[in-house]
Amino acid sequence: MTGFAKPLKIGLGLIVIAGLIVVPMNFNRYGLFILSQWAVMTIAAMGLNLTLGYAGQVSLAQGAFVGIGAYAAAIMTTHGWPLPAAIVVAIALSFAVGWVLGYPALRVQHHYLAFVTLAFSTLAFLVFRNESWLTGGIYGISNIPRPHIFGLATNKPLPFYYVCLGSLAIVSVAVWWLIRSPWGRAFMALRENPLRAQSLGIDTRRYTLMAFAIGSALGGVAGALYAPLTQYIDPVPFNLSLSLDLLMMVIVGGAGFYFGPFLGAMIAVLLPEWLRFTEGYYLMLYAIAVMLLLIWSPTGILGILDRYMTARRTKVASALRAVAKSRLETVQ
Amino acid sequence: MSNLFDLLVAGLATGAIYALVAVGFTLLWQTSQTINFAQGEFVMLPAFLMLAAMHAGAPFWLAIILGILLSMLLLGLAFKLLLVDPMMRHGVLPLAIATMALAIGIKEAVKQFFSAEASPFPSIVPTGDISLLGHAVSLQSIGVLVLAILAVFGLTTLLNRTSLGHQMQAAAQNPTVARIIGVPVERMILLTFLINAFLVALASLLITPIYLAKFSSGEVLGQAAFVAAIVGGFNQVRGAIAGGLLIGVLDNLAASYVSTQYRAAVPLIFLIVVILFRPQGLLGRAEERTV
Repeated sequence: MTGFAKPLKIGLGLIVIAGLIVVPMNFNRYGLFILSQWAVMTIAAMGLNLTLGYAGQVSLAQGAFVGIGAYAAAIMTTHGWPLPAAIVVAIALSFAVGWVLGYPALRVQHHYLAFVTLAFSTLAFLVFRNESWLTGGIYGISNIPRPHIFGLATNKPLPFYYVCLGSLAIVSVAVWWLIRSPWGRAFMALRENPLRAQSLGIDTRRYTLMAFAIGSALGGVAGALYAPLTQYIDPVPFNLSLSLDLLMMVIVGGAGFYFGPFLGAMIAVLLPEWLRFTEGYYLMLYAIAVMLLLIWSPTGILGILDRYMTARRTKVASALRAVAKSRLETVQ
Repeated sequence: MSNLFDLLVAGLATGAIYALVAVGFTLLWQTSQTINFAQGEFVMLPAFLMLAAMHAGAPFWLAIILGILLSMLLLGLAFKLLLVDPMMRHGVLPLAIATMALAIGIKEAVKQFFSAEASPFPSIVPTGDISLLGHAVSLQSIGVLVLAILAVFGLTTLLNRTSLGHQMQAAAQNPTVARIIGVPVERMILLTFLINAFLVALASLLITPIYLAKFSSGEVLGQAAFVAAIVGGFNQVRGAIAGGLLIGVLDNLAASYVSTQYRAAVPLIFLIVVILFRPQGLLGRAEERTV
């Protein structure tokens, strides 16, 4: 069974990747923008999935880290720095701030943590809005340049889409490696049972801080791509509702599932666009869809798949057992 | 000095409304572990229900009654039966996310079916100033404060002095034991949802004349009520009341003594400090940590 499933999975993955590269070639400007946005939001949601889905720490501040990354990239690239340098700074900055934000997580859990991070998110928004000497205040920063990659200009939508897609690929591989490393296992141990994790010799302090810092750093990466994507940023997109949206993406896709953020971001970014033909009703329908999905499957879309697979596996296993048992009886 | 007095009165008036909203929020948390992220939108909606009734030709008093009844039907009964009940056994987080989606839904519905513009809303308290201890104080602030205090007083009397209130508290504190001693726990939970719906409708009635009826007005209010509930004590009705008044006053003082730009930051920084040093809130009792 499993020997069969693996090539199938790899084949399916290759088809999806090829599709993501080839199909958008004849998309219009807006379609490419939405798809690039999907890639960027997936990166941010993957970061939150590490913090929330794997390490079990509720954070309502991921949108603030996207903002920190976006402002870092916008300020640096408009002053003539190359984008990769800006991304490095965005990572370092959000990692450091995320580490500090991890400290409350050592003291308080669950909803209290949600509210501390919620407050942080709003405070970050106030700083973006009020420190106009740095962030341009409510007028924001415009004319954010898009980078040259290996001498190729990415001003047009299609090349920049490939920049976003390529970054998503790099982040995906890094996260894939991370959750299979001892680190990822430590995160999961932390989520399942902090006390037992500690008794197994896992330094829960360090891993809690790390879970926040790494998750936030990915938010910073997403922000550093978001700024050149829109080429104009102001504080509004980074307010609390972005954090809530990202949280929704992670839960709706399936928290703690590797592919959850990909699907969640697809629902949150693409579904409203598909529903746009319903004019003013699209966000309402989107809200209803999310509620129905969560009532049906609180573990998100991948939770449905997971339950189905488990049920099938149990069925197969019990069938095998029955066969073995009947054989045993005939031998006797 | 006179400035300070005015700020205090205005702060207490907004604080009293925060308290109303925060009390409902803590009631839902206590009885059913529901964090209602749509609580702000719950306050925004009843005003529009009342406006809709008035547009249909109902006089103001009838619109108020209809608005309160509809609010109890939609935000109390329907909210519990259609969203909370199917999701309760799945834990806190998915339900919290579902209420976020509900907040988006309510906001968009009001925008689509009513108006994206702010609408004026008649006040149940006459406007004007009265003289109090040598200060001119707005009659509206006083009226709001008095009505909110009456409502909160009525609620605490219900909870602490009546048999029904004791049953509600028992159901909230230990559902299993309450069930054994014969408390109809399910009915008590439903009652808290209805009370919450009544309180938000009342808050809506009091605050909308001041800030106008607007589809987006729930965001700020919801956040203020959360902050109030956490600061005062997530699991205590009196904590939510104290938190509401405190945040209202703090907010008003911050606006004139700190900077108007960072006014919103003061309650939040206060919130972070309180959570870090006293996670159960100023008046809350500590919950056992479930690992």
